[in-house]
Amino acid sequence: MNRAPHKSAQAASPHLLARHRAGRLWKTGFSLSILFGLIALAALLFNVIDQSAGLLVTANKVDPSTLAEKPLEELSVKELTQILKSNLSNNRIKTIERNGVLMGRTQAELLELIDEQIVKPEVIASYHLFESLRHETEIRQQALGKNPDARIEWKIWLNWHFLTNVMSSNAQYAGVRTALLGSLFLIAVSILMAFPIGVGAAIYLEEYSDRRLRINRIIQTNIDNLAGVPSIVYGILGLAIFVRALSPLTSGVIFGVEGGNGRTILSAALTMALLILPVIIINAQEAIRAVPSSLRQAAYGLGATRWQTIWHHVLPYAMPGILTGSILAVSRAIGETAPLIVVGAATFITQDPNGVFSRFTALPIQIYNWTTRPQPEFRNIAAAAILVLLLSLLSMNAVAILLRNKFSRR
Amino acid sequence: MQTTLDQQDHTPIIEARDTHLYYGKFRAVKEFDLKVQPRKITAIIGPSGCGKSTVLRSFNRMNDFVPSFRLEGEVLFHNQNIYAPEIDPVFIRGQIGMVFQKPNPFPKSIYENVAWGARINGIKGNMDELVERTLRQAALWDEVKDGLKNSALSLSGGQQQRLCIARALAVQPEIILMDEPCSALDPIATLKIEELMRELSVNYTIIIVTHNMQQAARASDMTAFFTMDEDRAGIMVEYDQTSKLFTTPRDQRTEDYITGRYG
Repeated sequence: MNRAPHKSAQAASPHLLARHRAGRLWKTGFSLSILFGLIALAALLFNVIDQSAGLLVTANKVDPSTLAEKPLEELSVKELTQILKSNLSNNRIKTIERNGVLMGRTQAELLELIDEQIVKPEVIASYHLFESLRHETEIRQQALGKNPDARIEWKIWLNWHFLTNVMSSNAQYAGVRTALLGSLFLIAVSILMAFPIGVGAAIYLEEYSDRRLRINRIIQTNIDNLAGVPSIVYGILGLAIFVRALSPLTSGVIFGVEGGNGRTILSAALTMALLILPVIIINAQEAIRAVPSSLRQAAYGLGATRWQTIWHHVLPYAMPGILTGSILAVSRAIGETAPLIVVGAATFITQDPNGVFSRFTALPIQIYNWTTRPQPEFRNIAAAAILVLLLSLLSMNAVAILLRNKFSRR
Repeated sequence: MQTTLDQQDHTPIIEARDTHLYYGKFRAVKEFDLKVQPRKITAIIGPSGCGKSTVLRSFNRMNDFVPSFRLEGEVLFHNQNIYAPEIDPVFIRGQIGMVFQKPNPFPKSIYENVAWGARINGIKGNMDELVERTLRQAALWDEVKDGLKNSALSLSGGQQQRLCIARALAVQPEIILMDEPCSALDPIATLKIEELMRELSVNYTIIIVTHNMQQAARASDMTAFFTMDEDRAGIMVEYDQTSKLFTTPRDQRTEDYITGRYG
């Protein structure tokens, strides 16, 4: 009676073939979406890496061989100090000695100082990585043809000096230490503010609020909408409230900090906390809602109070999801530039942040600043700073993922 | 002596009196009176949607979590109305434990599953002993004693359900409510739970909802039969000793149901 699925019967079913064909078509479409994403990512990485290394052509303002009879590397600390003192003005020496007297420094540090202050190599041209690799000989010939004294070297802009140096108006000596520390400070303070408040709000909305009340539905709608508000708007809010209105608090004046204004890490972190709060709340709510009701019932059935149920069962179960959501929020915050510009991040600052009341700059601010400079070598350090930003983002996410896995190990 | 014991036995431990159960405007269960005898197994049977679970949950105020739920009448536990305003439902749930349809152990270790309820209820004393004693009572000790630190989710369905029973026992309740505790289990695990219920009924009062009539007939002392009337509200048709209800039902609807002529 029933037809056996013979091969011939199958072949004679054009409808089935059409169904499979449609399925394959969709699958191809979905693969293309992934391919598109991969291409975009590859282009981004290529572009950044291409700019962050390459051939650099420089010419010295002063020939180092004219400074002393012997090569500088063979001179003692005392002789090097002497060279510095005789070639630089007293005021300049004073400025330098603010960070430590010359005699107290090592030979390597003094050599660096001489290079930076007296020899002053100027960038003539800077080439991207792949261009340099392909046309190295032409570039060398061309550069030497224009300027026989030119020094041509391979330069990887993202190096230890770049990480540990402070800002400089010369791209060769500029570093991201201040900006990196500023970003880390900023993110740490905003997480400390936003995470507990966000999770608390999510717990209230999911576990305590009565959805039949209109006010709670209005609160929910508003939080959903706040997540989509452009970040510049938060910046203006932060400027009005934290920088201006609460200036005695955010500048630290009431805590005895002298001469401060409201443009501090605290103001920026509070603004950033406001910015990521809706995202944290929504994701935490999502995670809490995903806790099976059977788990809650089991706890209530044993005579647990609502809070015991939340603390011992709902939160631990929801924590991986809450952390995932918070990672997303923090990733957004670390790259935010607009609100920081508005609340007054400094663009040129050489002092490390030393507390929540200090002035600051942040990585995206530096990157933005450097890309707007006309000299091409600043684009190289901007690319290097982007790599620093990406790497710090990756390592922060890695920590968060480790935390998440620790919570979800059962 | 004999008379006092008898009398004690006939004083209900928990009793629904003129009780109506509502979800919003919908009357889920119409007026019913149910006197539950201590240290007996009382089964509640009936077709799907007749409000068996709602009735069971009204005995330890688990319906409180349904915002639209309302109860008229009273439920007396040791002659105290548990729906009186001064009664704390959290306290009631500590006295009247619950085992659910689907095994729902906490995603923690076996030990923690048993110990947690006792700990949050402020039970002091040797926790290791308590865990061992309750796991023995739940006939699970021999199977898990070497792996108390293992996740409860690594157990089989039947073992998980017995762990849930052990978890309920650790809080030292007087009554255990069971909401179709075997419906997600295979026949062998089901038999084990039934044996366990029989052993537990020496010390505990058990009320079990089941849609399995054989189970009610096998495992219970008293049976209440619920069904739906014309406006879809649950009603209690008959409540009697299990042996009587299954052999000589007084109501035609009960007879139809137990002989399989209904739904």
